Amino acid sequence: MQQIIIFLIKNSYKLLFLLLLGISLTLTIKSHSYHRSQYINSSSAFSGYTYSQINSVKEYFGLQQKNEDLARENARLKEILFNKKDTILESKIVVPNILSDFVVRQAKVIKNSYTKQENFLTLGKGSFEGLKTDMAVISDKGVVGIIEKTSKNYATVISILHTKNPLNGKIKNSDHFGSITWDGKNAGYVQLIDVPKLATLKKGDTIVTGAQSSIFPENIPIGKIEQIFAEKTSNKFVINVRLFNDMTSLGYVYVIENKKKKEKETLEAETEKDPTKQ
Amino acid sequence: MNSNFILNLIRFIVLLTIQIVVLEQVKLGGWINPYLYILFIILYPINSNKSGFIAASFCLGLLMDLFCDSGGVHATASLLLAYFRPFFLKFAFGLSYEYQTIRIADKLSVDRFTFIISAIVFHHFILFCLELYRFDLFFEIISRTILSTIFTFAICIISLYLIKPNKR
Repeated sequence: MQQIIIFLIKNSYKLLFLLLLGISLTLTIKSHSYHRSQYINSSSAFSGYTYSQINSVKEYFGLQQKNEDLARENARLKEILFNKKDTILESKIVVPNILSDFVVRQAKVIKNSYTKQENFLTLGKGSFEGLKTDMAVISDKGVVGIIEKTSKNYATVISILHTKNPLNGKIKNSDHFGSITWDGKNAGYVQLIDVPKLATLKKGDTIVTGAQSSIFPENIPIGKIEQIFAEKTSNKFVINVRLFNDMTSLGYVYVIENKKKKEKETLEAETEKDPTKQ
Repeated sequence: MNSNFILNLIRFIVLLTIQIVVLEQVKLGGWINPYLYILFIILYPINSNKSGFIAASFCLGLLMDLFCDSGGVHATASLLLAYFRPFFLKFAFGLSYEYQTIRIADKLSVDRFTFIISAIVFHHFILFCLELYRFDLFFEIISRTILSTIFTFAICIISLYLIKPNKR
């Protein structure tokens, strides 16, 4: 026993080093291997508060740009508003009101990152205002990410610029879909993979979110096709997509909650389970 | 000894604040980020308690991770730099390190430049290895290390000149 204590005291420096190294490597590897198990993140009260303070100063530098964005979006909304009357008069086809399933909340990005392999954003709203894990985050131009964790007043978002966060995407006006991933290189582009070679597509086609996802509403714009590569080993396309969003400058975003998400997921889970019972 | 502790505590807080409030917002060319906070590890007094030193460096890195959402990347890099600092000191200063007569923040000489640069390269290389975490991006790791080292080094030297501690 005495021997052990003497050994511990003698080597306390090395043991402390190994202990700390173990802790930090565990944190690092966990953060890379499975993105949900990040213990240390910026939605905690302390760092969240700091970032919202920093952001309140930074906001002043971008006011003009934000005003322009708001004016442009206002114009677009007004356009829809003014055009609506005509369409109602013209066509008697009942358009399914898709938005009634979705609740939209506005939030402010207080911390943004786009230089790493796994990028996260922090929002200045949290569970207190009804934000929950797995809600969709979009801006006025397109997809931003998915909410990862929430605290009372803050929420972290997995950015679309995350190498291990596939989204469902499809080519607009055709139902060929694939998954959106990021190769970790350029913050302006993402990749659409697993598109079958049967799909007809050309440069400049718009990529939108697919209907498979229970998080995002269908037809939220993501980007434009910039380059198309055919994979030699399989019959799939790999497509370079230029994002509509400038992920390096995000101000206000919209958080979308799908009210029927749970219903859809339980139904799908039950359907998949069923055959094993028989 | 006590005043030394307070000096280091102030340095810890000030460097961390500057790093998070100012330097994390600077993204030169989109992704080159200077990491001034490792100046704390570089400047820590040489003949002080070793365990306290690596624990403080670890805490500094962990706080950086808290603010950068980076898992334990900064903590690992800072801890390793703190642990291996004696080797860099020996490498840069040679004999005078053995007699414990050097002060890192003193006059800026070739020895000190060598020490600071080697420490920064070591730290940044580990940092970017763990952050990118993919071997197919090896050249990306190297280029980020080199470019960030240049900016960190420039900012370290500038701040050393600005806050040269009272000459003794």
